[in-house]
Amino acid sequence: MTKFKTIAALLIVTLVTACSGPSKSTVDEGAAGAAGAGGAASSGVGAGGTGAGGAMGGATGGSALGGPGASQENRIIYFGYDEFAVKPEYDVILQAHGKYLSANPAARVRLEGHADERGSREYNIGLGEKRAQSVRNVLLLQGAVSDQIATVSFGEERPAVIGSDEEAWSLNRRVEIVYGQ
Amino acid sequence: MHKLIPVLAAILMLAAPPGQAELQIQITEGVDKALPIAVVPFGWQGTGAAAPLDVASVVAADLARSGRFDPMDRKDMLQRPTTGADVDFGDWRMQSTDFLIIGRVVQSVPGQYEIQFQVFDVLRGEQLLSYRQPATAADFRRSCHRVADVIYEKLTGIRGVFSTRIAYVTVSRSQAQGQVNSNYRLVVADADGQNVRIMVESRQPIMSPAWSPDGRKIAYVSFEANRSEIYVQDLRSGSRKRVSARPGVNGAPAWSPDGQRLAVALSQQDGNLDIYTLDLTTQVLTRLTSGSAIDTEPTWSLDGQQIYFTSDAAGGPQVYRVPAEGGSARRVTFEGSYNARPRMAPDGKELAVVHNDRGNYRIALVDLARSTTQVLSDGRLDESPSFAPNGEMLIYATQEGTRGVLATVSANGRIKTRIPELDGDVREPAWSPFADK
Repeated sequence: MTKFKTIAALLIVTLVTACSGPSKSTVDEGAAGAAGAGGAASSGVGAGGTGAGGAMGGATGGSALGGPGASQENRIIYFGYDEFAVKPEYDVILQAHGKYLSANPAARVRLEGHADERGSREYNIGLGEKRAQSVRNVLLLQGAVSDQIATVSFGEERPAVIGSDEEAWSLNRRVEIVYGQ
Repeated sequence: MHKLIPVLAAILMLAAPPGQAELQIQITEGVDKALPIAVVPFGWQGTGAAAPLDVASVVAADLARSGRFDPMDRKDMLQRPTTGADVDFGDWRMQSTDFLIIGRVVQSVPGQYEIQFQVFDVLRGEQLLSYRQPATAADFRRSCHRVADVIYEKLTGIRGVFSTRIAYVTVSRSQAQGQVNSNYRLVVADADGQNVRIMVESRQPIMSPAWSPDGRKIAYVSFEANRSEIYVQDLRSGSRKRVSARPGVNGAPAWSPDGQRLAVALSQQDGNLDIYTLDLTTQVLTRLTSGSAIDTEPTWSLDGQQIYFTSDAAGGPQVYRVPAEGGSARRVTFEGSYNARPRMAPDGKELAVVHNDRGNYRIALVDLARSTTQVLSDGRLDESPSFAPNGEMLIYATQEGTRGVLATVSANGRIKTRIPELDGDVREPAWSPFADK
């Protein structure tokens, strides 16, 4: 638990999603507890995200999988080291988000790409942008139109978890799907 | 000492807490043959009790930090002459001191001074140099560093960099109501880590500071609009200008040697980073690379004819070169799986890069003629190398526990110093050009 406390103290709000991360070790239990404070329902404004809840009136087709009502764990896509291809395990989630965007032309989404801390910073900005573009391309294939999607890369500048181990790195290589632009 | 440069209100997020910790520099590895030198406390001729600063202590600290000199402890000095006539070389020889520095601060009018000093070769009993450095109350510390520069150049034949500056980015995180707030600062300090000035402060990331060749401006990337934009800020006035806010990524600014253009990395609409040059006067944008690779982190050759940059065209990141006026790119680095963020050495013969050395990210030098790679640093997550303008040293970012600190290493890898700061994460150091360029 000591380890968890250390990590938890450094959490950025979005970290509540640790449960869904690619790595399921010590953080899991604690992260569920932390959700009470950070709140899976909170909008993730934390470090500057614009948050969920921007759905337009009359929106249809949202679910816990996709759309602005998606649970936090279904709004983060994780990537392999120095990779930007979307893993097949995210097909279902991205399909749901794509369908929602397609059914709600007024809905807007912002894809925020991130990298782990290793290597040089501007190259990591490039990686984060590539990751956001990969997710964007999947959403477009699912019927979203390009005007609905904005991308931004924060590289390694806004880690979800502070730490220099495989677990922290795997949680930081991500794209966050933020509704309401 | 702790001046908050006026910046646009929009980016001033917090009142700066007083007394940002200054950097303390420790030598972590030195050379065996550091030259013994004595810097005797300077005399004072003026009104009031003493000179604005203890010149000898600033100078001795500078010389020690270079790793090439080993200044004598003051309490071991058998005599403290302040004029040449008072020097007894016998005492200094007995204490195996090679060189002796004596001097005095003379006040002409209040606020105006002259730092007069002499350099002696103790063994020969000869004066090597006599020099007068003007100073004002406002720039007294800088003038002390200039004294150290003059002494260093006289004794080593290499121009000193003690009066240059470093820019870097700090991040401090605080927690309030379950939220983590980050505070990013672009900071400029003297090369010894003192005289800290905050140039910009924001809750959003600040990245990639780059000095203009005349040392008067800094280009950097700011996310204050929640996306990347490139700014150029004047150091003296604090005024700044947004020079690139195109769709997508605006990153990695690098000044051309003539200061007229910035090389930048832009993703524009297609989300793919490419290298461009931006003429700061005409705003003309010229695209130099294309294709699906990540092309970023440009740096110019000394003659401004070539631009070196990072590209993952071959899979992992490697350094390439492209003519600044356009043309085909050529790969430059071949050793190892990861070579990124090149910076040109002041002599134009080497590139400093971030190099993956058996799983560790380290600072390495790539010899451009021989294509060899020499690893200089020994950390696990080292990054952002920047050459001192005399090419003798590099400053870079490394990790100590979970926080970033700055370190220096000599270009031959032998002398290492660490610059820990008391709070915050420190990263992305950029060493200024020579002050009077």
